[in-house]
Amino acid sequence: MAAGGGDMSMPIASLFTDAIRFIFVPQESVTGGVQVGGIGEISSLTANHLVLSAAAIAVACVIALPLGLWLGHVGKGEFLAISVSNVGRAVPTLALIAFFIAFVGIGFFNVLLALILLAIPPLLTNTYVGVRGVSPDAVDAARGMGMSESQIVRRVELPLAVRSIFGGLQLSAVSVVATAILGPLASVDTLGTPIVSVNVYGQAGLLGAAIVVAALAILVYLVLTALQRAATPAGLKA
Amino acid sequence: MTAPDNSSGSNATPRSTREAATLEFRGATKRYPGQEAAAVDGLSLTVPAGEILVLVGPSGCGKTTAMRMVNRMIEITEGDILLDERSVRDRAPAELRREIGYVIQQIGLFPHMTIADNVAVVPRLLGWERDRIDARVKELLELVSLGEGTGERYPSQLSGGQRQRVGVARALAADPPLMLMDEPFGAIDPINRERLQNEFLRLQGELRKTIVFVTHDIDEAIKMGDKIAVLRTGGRLAQYASPAELLMYPADEFIEDFVGADRALKRLALQRVRDIDLWRAATVRVGEPIEEARRKIADADIDMPLLVDEHGRPEGWLSERGMTGERVRAELRSRAEPTVELDDVLRDALADLIESEVHYSPVVDAEGCVAGVLSLEVISQTLQIPPDQVRTGPDLVAPGDEAVAGSEAPSR
Repeated sequence: MAAGGGDMSMPIASLFTDAIRFIFVPQESVTGGVQVGGIGEISSLTANHLVLSAAAIAVACVIALPLGLWLGHVGKGEFLAISVSNVGRAVPTLALIAFFIAFVGIGFFNVLLALILLAIPPLLTNTYVGVRGVSPDAVDAARGMGMSESQIVRRVELPLAVRSIFGGLQLSAVSVVATAILGPLASVDTLGTPIVSVNVYGQAGLLGAAIVVAALAILVYLVLTALQRAATPAGLKA
Repeated sequence: MTAPDNSSGSNATPRSTREAATLEFRGATKRYPGQEAAAVDGLSLTVPAGEILVLVGPSGCGKTTAMRMVNRMIEITEGDILLDERSVRDRAPAELRREIGYVIQQIGLFPHMTIADNVAVVPRLLGWERDRIDARVKELLELVSLGEGTGERYPSQLSGGQRQRVGVARALAADPPLMLMDEPFGAIDPINRERLQNEFLRLQGELRKTIVFVTHDIDEAIKMGDKIAVLRTGGRLAQYASPAELLMYPADEFIEDFVGADRALKRLALQRVRDIDLWRAATVRVGEPIEEARRKIADADIDMPLLVDEHGRPEGWLSERGMTGERVRAELRSRAEPTVELDDVLRDALADLIESEVHYSPVVDAEGCVAGVLSLEVISQTLQIPPDQVRTGPDLVAPGDEAVAGSEAPSR
């Protein structure tokens, strides 16, 4: 409220310049009295943001990859892997955070849980679909040559599904990085803090943080694309 | 737990160090729950070591099911299958399968592995040493006529025929005493299929594996099989016989229909010219005394003298005028065309005769020298010989076996 209409009427270009300056140079808060923004605070918020996101994605992988591989291998649980996943995607993370406040209270664990639930569906679905997409002939040949079921999963189905799995990982990671801005709603400082506390950080802070989050999401996407390319077996690239 | 074959050291180039296995179906039956009819119903037969058993029949006759019961890809409901007198049911499936080569129609190469890695799958499962695996892969790719450098390529870079060869090499990798092949050439175009069949028969001539070969194509069955088991719908064995027996004595109407109305012609595809009793020819040379020529004609099965050059190669059929005077003169009635080679398949030789509108023609050996005369009469006599007396060349059958392995085209 205090940030008022004066800022809104500023020319876009000027607002954008202020936002960039906010990222690098500390300035006095809207409410006055404290310095906000600047490379120091933004770096620390970015670090928090990434730790939270990485933790959520890592836990989601630990849950979704084995489950997706197993469901895909036995060819069952299509309902779980696809329908439940779709429902999961439809539930807003904001609602989850509010919901978890009642059960686990506020804090890191709350947001982590919500982000894990956000990250699982694309990973699970893509892993499942990737494994189901492996040629049944290759699997039959593998079994007929004497591979055990776990060898079939590790040596045949996983490598052949790796491209699809990375697609899911990309989706998950980008949405987790983008959604981690909800952290401050449960008292976890992330790049969302200047966005949520716009009355303290001002319009420049809001836009500045948003620019960093967007850049982060794009960076994560690019890194994972490179990783996908590196992880895809040579025989599948031709 | 596994029993890798360690007898062939890592330095040796193991080609076929293992004895082929005997395979026995003993009332092997497969029933699926909820289905009244069995998929395979009490199949009993024995395949001697080193022979090709072809399972053939219309679709839905259970031939693939029968094959897949051998390596427990499908579990046996009743009865048993014995590999070297040992029940496959007593073996751990994965361990059993590593000892049985496995080739399926779509081959199922692993697209993310190089050709060399594909071939090395079973040796790796068996824990071979790296050097031994590398040597084996190299040897196998040569064996199936895949050129140098193929090992580093990926399946998507190969043609269908090349992939098929890799499939065979992969199945042979651990030198298994038994191979299962489910329509291995089914997805290949007819020209390449014939080439691959011939190549495979040549390979089998060296390796002498026991092979279970599934096909729906009776011609392929006759060509590839030492023994053919024809199955009918419901998974029952309709007839188990050598190709020649099957063609000569079909057990019932079903088999008669299945082998086709041209089964007499198909039998001709089972034999080569060298396998039958040819007519003796009266070969004469220019300048030979007429009396001697006449004596030769009296001894021969055909009263037409055949003029040959100094090496014994046929020039043509001598005319009456060539036999006048004191010595044979080069007066030809007709050129010696066509000539048939000893290695020709009888069916092809017959086709040559018909096409050239002649009743007989000289047969030449590998050097081109006259070995006898083939006539329509000789061929029709051949068809009346019972199958147990049918003779086939050593390159066509397993030692000591009466059955015929097929009609491999001569390499020349």
